[in-house]
Order: sequence, then C-alpha cells, then structure tokens
Amino acid sequence: MNDKLVEKEKQKITSAKKMRDIMTTYYIDAMSAKENNKLVAWITSGGPVEPLIAMDIIPVYPENHGAMIGSSKMGEDLCMKAEDMGYSNDLCSYARTDISCAIVKGGPIGGLPEPDMLICCNNICGTVLKWYEIQARFFNVPLFIFDTPVCHTEFSPEIAKYVRTQIDEYIAFLEKVTKKSFDHDKMAEVGKISYQGQLLWQKVLNTTANRPSPMTAFDAFFFLALIVTLRGTMIAVDFYKELLLEMKERIKNGISIVPNEKYRLLWDNLPIWYQLKWLSSKFSDHDACLVADTYTSAWCSSLKYIDENDFLNSIAEGYTRIYLNIGVDQMADQVIEMIKFYNIDGFVMHSNRSCKPYSFGQLDIKRIVESKANIPVLMIEADMTDPRAFSQSQVETRIDAFMEIINQGK
Amino acid sequence: MQELKIFHEAIQNPGSVALKMKEKKRKTIGYLCSYAPEELIYAAGFHPMRLFSSKAEINLAESHLQAYCCSLVRGILEDSLSGKLDYLDGTVFPHTCDSIQRLSDIWRIKTKYEFFADVIMPAKLNTQSAKNYMRDVLIKFTTDLEKACGEKITRSALKKSIAKFNLIKTNLKKLYELRSQNPGILKGADIHAIVKGSMIMDRDQLVELLPAIVSKVSDVSALDQGKRLVLSGSICDSPDIYDIIEQAGGVVVGDDLCTGQRWFDGKIPENEEPMEALTTRYFERIVCPAKHSSTIARGENIVKLAKQTEADGVIFIILKFCDPHGFDYPYMKEFLDKEGIKNILIEIDDHSLNSGQLSTRLETFMHMI
Repeated sequence: MNDKLVEKEKQKITSAKKMRDIMTTYYIDAMSAKENNKLVAWITSGGPVEPLIAMDIIPVYPENHGAMIGSSKMGEDLCMKAEDMGYSNDLCSYARTDISCAIVKGGPIGGLPEPDMLICCNNICGTVLKWYEIQARFFNVPLFIFDTPVCHTEFSPEIAKYVRTQIDEYIAFLEKVTKKSFDHDKMAEVGKISYQGQLLWQKVLNTTANRPSPMTAFDAFFFLALIVTLRGTMIAVDFYKELLLEMKERIKNGISIVPNEKYRLLWDNLPIWYQLKWLSSKFSDHDACLVADTYTSAWCSSLKYIDENDFLNSIAEGYTRIYLNIGVDQMADQVIEMIKFYNIDGFVMHSNRSCKPYSFGQLDIKRIVESKANIPVLMIEADMTDPRAFSQSQVETRIDAFMEIINQGK
Repeated sequence: MQELKIFHEAIQNPGSVALKMKEKKRKTIGYLCSYAPEELIYAAGFHPMRLFSSKAEINLAESHLQAYCCSLVRGILEDSLSGKLDYLDGTVFPHTCDSIQRLSDIWRIKTKYEFFADVIMPAKLNTQSAKNYMRDVLIKFTTDLEKACGEKITRSALKKSIAKFNLIKTNLKKLYELRSQNPGILKGADIHAIVKGSMIMDRDQLVELLPAIVSKVSDVSALDQGKRLVLSGSICDSPDIYDIIEQAGGVVVGDDLCTGQRWFDGKIPENEEPMEALTTRYFERIVCPAKHSSTIARGENIVKLAKQTEADGVIFIILKFCDPHGFDYPYMKEFLDKEGIKNILIEIDDHSLNSGQLSTRLETFMHMI
C-alpha cells in the first residue's frame, strides 16, 4: 500500500503547483488592476494579445474563466441564469456563463475584473462577435474587432492585406483608449518572447510522442492556461522551460503518467471541463493515455507563419491560419499528421454542442481519419461547460466498446 | 390574381425554373445567404437562385452535420446529397455564420457541381479597411465568375444587371409599403411566395410580373385590418406561419428577415461606378446578426421599423440552433420593451411546425396587444 502511494506520488507532475500559484497571482493582479492604475482588456482566446502586453494592459480571458467555471462544476447554474435572461440553451456555454457571471458576479472567483476595453478576434468562431457585442453594451466600453476571414482553402492576398491593416488599427485603438503612444521596441521584444513561449509550448506537447508518455492531454488542458493568458510574458517562458525540463526528466527516468500505457489516443475539440477527472481515470483504467489533442496545440500550430524578428507583420497570417479558421479537409490533414507523430491507436472526438465551428465537419474528419489512418474513432456527445448535455452512463458504455475495438485491433 | 400562380409554382419547383433557364442558356448558381452578390452572378450570364431547404426528412445529412445544427443548413445539405439539387451548375457561399462556414467545407468536399466559390465577406462593416476588403472580395469573385463563364464581365453588363435587380427590389419595397398601408391586399402566404420567388425565378420575367402585381394591388380599396405585426429573424420559409398569424387575427406589415426587407432594401445608385456602388450597398445594407456594424444597430432598426409601420407587436421568428439571432434576441427585446412595443419569441424548426401550439401562442399574443 505504502509503495503504491509512493509510486503514485512519483507519477505526479510537480510543476502543477507552481502553475496554480502563477494563475492565482495573475488573477489577483487582474482583480487589483484598478488600484494599480492598470487597464484591463478582455480578449478572446485566439486574439493577438501581444500588443496589450506591450502596452502594459492586463489581458483577461473570458474563455479561460469559462473553463474555470466548467471545472468547478458551476456551469449549469450560470448557464441557467443566462437562459432566464432570454439566452437560448443552444448557445455557447462559455458565452452563457460569462454573460450571466458579469451580472451576478458568480463563479469560482466571483466574476472577472471589469474590462476597460474589449478585443474580439473571430478566428475561433462567430460566437465571440455576438458575445463581445453583448459585453460592450453591458459594460459600455470600446470594442475592437479583429476580423480574420476564414481560410477555407487559402490565405489570399486580399485577406492578408485586410488583416495586416487591422494590426495598425488595433494599435491606434489601443493608443486612443490608453492615451499613450505605442512602443514599437517593446512590441518587438514582446513578440520575441511570445514566439519563444509558443515554441516551448510546442516542445512540451511534443514530449508526449515518447512512449510511455510523460503527461496526458488532460494535463495539457491544465498547463494550457499560461500560453493563453500570459503569452508574450517571461512568466510563461520561464514556466514552460521548467515544465519541459520536468517532462524530459520523466522521460529519462521512464516515469509514465498512465501506469501501464498500452494504447495512445488523440482527443479532438475542447475538453469536457466538468468531467476531466472521471474521463482521465476512465481511460487510464483501460491502460489508455490521451497523449495529444487538437485543442491545446492550437496555441502553437501557426508558429510556422510567424517570424519572431518581424512579429507584427507576420502575425497577420499566424493569427488568421489557426486550426479552427481553416477548411475541414486541412483540419483532417493536421489530425493525420498528429496521429503519425504521436503514434496514435484511436481518435476520441468530443462533439461539442457549444462549439459549432469545431464540431461541424467532425463527421467528415472522422471518415477521413478512419480511411487514411485506419484507426478507430469514437465520438462523444457533450458540452464543454454545461453538464446537462452529458450522459455519463452512455459515454462510459461507448468508451468501453471503443477500447474493446482498439484492443482487438492490436 | 394570375401572376401569383406563377410564383407559387416556381417556389414549389425551383428545379423546373433552373431547367427553363438552361434552355435560355443561363446556368443556375445557387447561393445560401442574402449577402450573395446576385448582380454579379447575373452579369456573368448565370442565373442566381437562393437555396432553401425542401424540408425533406434528414437522412443523408445526418452523417455530416450533428442534430444541433439548424434545420436550414442540414436541410439544404440533405437536398444536395439526395440529388434534389442536381439542376444546379454551381454554388456560392458568402461567409455567414459558423454553420454555413462548415457547410461550405462539406459542400466543397462532397458535392460535384461545376462551379464553387466562397465569398468571404468581412464580419465587421464599420471601417474603411473592411469596405476595401469587401471590394477586393467582390473583384476576386468577379474573376472567379469570369473564369467560369469564359468572358469578361463588362462594366455595362454589370450596370444593366444592377438596374434589373434594382427594379425587382424596388418593386418588392413598393409592395411592402402598399401592404403596410393596406394590409390584406395580399395574403401573407402570397407575399411569401412573391419574395421567395423573386430569389428563384427568371429575373427577366420578374421585371414584368412584379410591376404588374404592384399596380394591381395599388387599386385595391381598404380592407379589414387586424393586429399589425412585424416579423424579425433569419428566414421565415413556412407559409403556414402566415396563415396561422392571419387566423389568429394578425396581419404582417413589415419584416426584418433575410428573406425579406434585409435582402431587398437599399437601392444601388445606377449613376456611380458599378463596382463601388455594389460594394457600398452590401456594406451599408440592413445588417445581418452574423456581422457587426455597431453594437446597437439591430436594436435601433427593429424599433424604427416597428414605429414606421405602426406595428402593434413584433414576432421574433428564430430558427432553432441559430446562434447569431439567438444572441441578439434578448437585447432586441429589451429595446422594444423600453418603447412599450409588445413582442413574442417563436422558435421554429424549418422541418416541423407545431401548428396547434403556435396558433394558441399567437392567439394569446394578439389578445394581449
């Protein structure tokens, strides 16, 4: 028994505690922004945050907050409050929880600090456009829309020109709101740091290609918070350096995250925040490790377009060609690359009622993966924050059957 | 009225319209959203036709789009996969909502029509750079069309096309004005057929038919009035809804629908450079909720429309699973409530209308206003 505990302790990723501390400090800073004469900008998860960092504005992410609400199992109550306000329960649960939270100041941290401005980049969905309009009316603050047209098949010259122009408009917007002029030298520095952070995040994610994997996608969902919220700061760079070291150390010492890793799985779509623990142990019981996912890699997937020495010019393409803003066939190609890179035995897709651009097209990706990569695919119907869309017994039966198929195929 | 029959027939069988157009050497290009620049499609020698769901049972589309996708998007895909749209020579997808965005991908991968284009319009419509981008997108689309038809779209062809569509749209606007002054001149289901037909039928025929209808209804003397209502939503493609409204004692006097005023309002100046004028019209038209012009544009517009038409109430008709309209509903309601304009929300599924429940709700609403 004692040996087992010691073994379990050894398997834990020690950087997790540090990460929690960093996030706590970050939220305390954000909450006390007013007292410190700092401005707060709410920004979408895929938005260009670097100019905010260069302007010393504190970025706050309603989507990260949504994830926290989901993990704390407070999603249902806040979703229902939004429904009482007239928002259909078919709408995105992140948006619903954020909209009601702004009013009732609920959730695990009592609501987010009020924004001085809103930055909405629609590279992830059209929902954020509506969501940020709602918050712009509620808080009566300026809204900047960073419009990144969908690249169904190409990043056309028209799109390139339009998005590049908006970077200048974005900077002009920030200068107007802050009444300060933009420091291009500082921007260049922040750009380099952001690039470095994304590169490190990619390296951390890549470590799971090792068999056995030193961490799971469930850990990545957790460690993701920094590359989202503190991208462009040394805090993220320093942390990911340490995390990378820890992962390398684990690999060296043969420490796996799933005790008897037999099967390696790939996850698609946002996490089911309120069921992470259950799902994690469910797969672990089958000796299956979710080694990678299409979600957390979105924060480094467009690195190839970014030039750290010409950051502002290159992010037009980098921010436009992210995973969700490309065609379904290109998404399938990326999935297949991941399947090869991580040596994947099965693909688990979360069909997420809350995220239409992520979920529609999944059935086509599923077929492409089944035929090209020749691995079984499981689709789970759920919602990232609203537990009412999740049926544990049904999902459990399906996971068991899926693992059975993988086992037979081995 | 003889003319009405033609519209009713056309909307029941768009395929036969397409076949007739083929005889006239015009290939049919289907489109999915009111931001599709019909004027350009027509100028290139094609026949633009808006696609609606035939409301057939979802079967084949089930394996591409989950059940939480709206009935319009699933329905159109079903029609395509089941061969109902084989008369199409091509399709155009203006960027609209997340669902249509993915429908475009699936369509591009799965269907085999001759022509395909994404017209990736800007999502924001309040900056000069967005307007420049829209112009660039329209020019790119022009090139795509030219490649498909093998000819240049001349300036004069575009001007002629604009004039034709202006005539069609101006007549629809007149018809709406006449109806607002004298509701009952036409049944709601007839107006629905006229507007829908105007997105489907031969435009050369429409420029004859529409003025004739307008002139006929101009002479109708005042009819009994019911409760004056404005509809707001995406599409309202169920003629039954109009019948139910009328049976409940209401008359529709205006709409904020993309198969209505949002589509035909806003004449394109004919004496300006055509591409510029076209851009300006699509940039400045009454905004769709999937796009942004200001945070309160749609709230202000619905209040203005309700006041202009002296409406007794507004009916929000929203397709289930439609995100853009779902997000706008609470604030638009609030804008109406502040003005004391009564309103009701009806969530519909394009495929199954619960008539009994709907008429009870609407009757109750009519009594309240």
